Amino acid sequence: MEKRVVFRSAWLPYVLVAPQIAITIVFFFWPAAQAVYYAFLVQDPFGNSTEFVWFQNFQELFRDSHYLESFKITAIFSALVAFSGLAISLFLAVMADRVVRGALAYKTLLIWPYAVAPAIAGVLWAFIFAPSIGIATYFLRRFGIEWNWLIQGDQAMALIVIAATWKQISYNFLFFLAGLQSIPRSLLEAAAIDGARPWRRFWTIQFPLLSPTAFFLLVINIVYAFFGTFGVVDATTQGGPAGSTQILVYKVYNDGVKAADLGGSAAQSVVLMAIVIALTVAQFKFVERKVQY
Amino acid sequence: MVENRPWLNLLAHAVLIAGVILVAFPLWITFVASTLRYDEIITVPMPLVPGDQLIENYAQVLTAGSQKGSSAPVGTMLVNSFVMAMGVALGKIAISIISAFAIVYFRFPMRNLFFWMIFVTLMLPIEVRIIPTFKVAADLHLLDSYAGLILPIIASATATFLFRQFFLTIPDELTEAARIDGAGPLRFFWDVVLPLSKTSMAALFVILFILGWNEYLWPLLITSQESMYTVVIGIKRMISGGDATTEWNLVMATAMLALMPPALVVVLMQKWFVRGLVETEK
Repeated sequence: MEKRVVFRSAWLPYVLVAPQIAITIVFFFWPAAQAVYYAFLVQDPFGNSTEFVWFQNFQELFRDSHYLESFKITAIFSALVAFSGLAISLFLAVMADRVVRGALAYKTLLIWPYAVAPAIAGVLWAFIFAPSIGIATYFLRRFGIEWNWLIQGDQAMALIVIAATWKQISYNFLFFLAGLQSIPRSLLEAAAIDGARPWRRFWTIQFPLLSPTAFFLLVINIVYAFFGTFGVVDATTQGGPAGSTQILVYKVYNDGVKAADLGGSAAQSVVLMAIVIALTVAQFKFVERKVQY
Repeated sequence: MVENRPWLNLLAHAVLIAGVILVAFPLWITFVASTLRYDEIITVPMPLVPGDQLIENYAQVLTAGSQKGSSAPVGTMLVNSFVMAMGVALGKIAISIISAFAIVYFRFPMRNLFFWMIFVTLMLPIEVRIIPTFKVAADLHLLDSYAGLILPIIASATATFLFRQFFLTIPDELTEAARIDGAGPLRFFWDVVLPLSKTSMAALFVILFILGWNEYLWPLLITSQESMYTVVIGIKRMISGGDATTEWNLVMATAMLALMPPALVVVLMQKWFVRGLVETEK
């Protein structure tokens, strides 16, 4: 879509776009190009010499069992976060859609965790599940479950999944509720007159009509689990124990900043960029389809 | 409502109340923990009703931090977080609205190129280019400064798109009328476009303030002095390792201080928040 009426000026539009373009070039394109460039270099540990090595960093990356393990961990983590986040928030949204009295109060009380930083969410849940003094640890122990996420890899994973999901529920909830409320009441009423009970109405009318929202949220949640959860991991497990919660983003940071492996970290960055691009394209493809739905 | 099913309504309320409790449980634990003495918090299980150290704990973290972990005062961190959040929100809105105005209201060479350059930044989250971005910031002497905290994350494709979409809905008749009355582009921008954009700006502000306040990775990389920590970074430095050596009551007081400002923004500006959230994702 274009404007029919426009202004004319030889210099003004350039001045107006200049700040954004300048920042985009300096802090987006230049670093991204550098990341791609570094990905083809090997640097000795003291930074004295660098060598152009073509795809060696990538070859090593995909031969590295730690990296493949990190891929697997990220896949499990994002699947768990996306699935539990979507399921819980859909359930809550369906219930909130039914409720008339107190609807605004419920909504307000359910959406505030969106404002909590991932790192803070991590700290909160790390305290609740703290190995010796945590309140949840105490109750788990009374049920005979020994809980120590500093030692047990799967428990550490459970902790970051809980913290990451807890923070994301509010977001999904808002979108599901908006989706449910945009479904015409007449459809549901017609189905009710034909004798469809709530359960059946949900699966045959509401759920199919919500599928665009659900797909959109699925992409957003996967992006969130991939990139938005760095703070959760860094504030709690820091990738441990023994790398069992080292998601890809954390590994880029760990290898690049802490272990100073420039080439390897840059190669991982490039792989991540490819993933973001794929997800963004998926999201936009879907937006087009939503229009036709 | 389609039909009257009392038991189902009851179930709905029960589920929602359970959901609210589930969501609020960590907040309650955090609040209670922030009001306890150190020896109370390490008893197992910890008390579930608030203690009497509310004022003492908060006063201590605000002015002196934790003694066992990082001793940076949280008051300074809150100021840093606030400056960063405001800088990010206002900066993003300012540079996005003018670039969107240029792209919608002018025809000029390279217009499409600029549009795509902004669009592509959607695909480059800071997490995938941390080390080169850090190097650029270091070369520009931006480490440990507010400019360094704010500038690199100020370019926003979503805000630019939002404004572009909105400008496209402004009727051409307004532009024509303004031109007939002799208004130039800047005058038109200032007197017509800006006032019309107020609601979009308010909605964006809420979202961007929260994003700026909660930004984690970038401040973690770029700040090394305690005086420049934001509160989200600072809280992690207060956790010194094992449960026995961390003053959890003080950490939890800091957590409350870190999450209250954005949470209040969401609750008090709920209307703008929901609108901003839905619009930025379109």
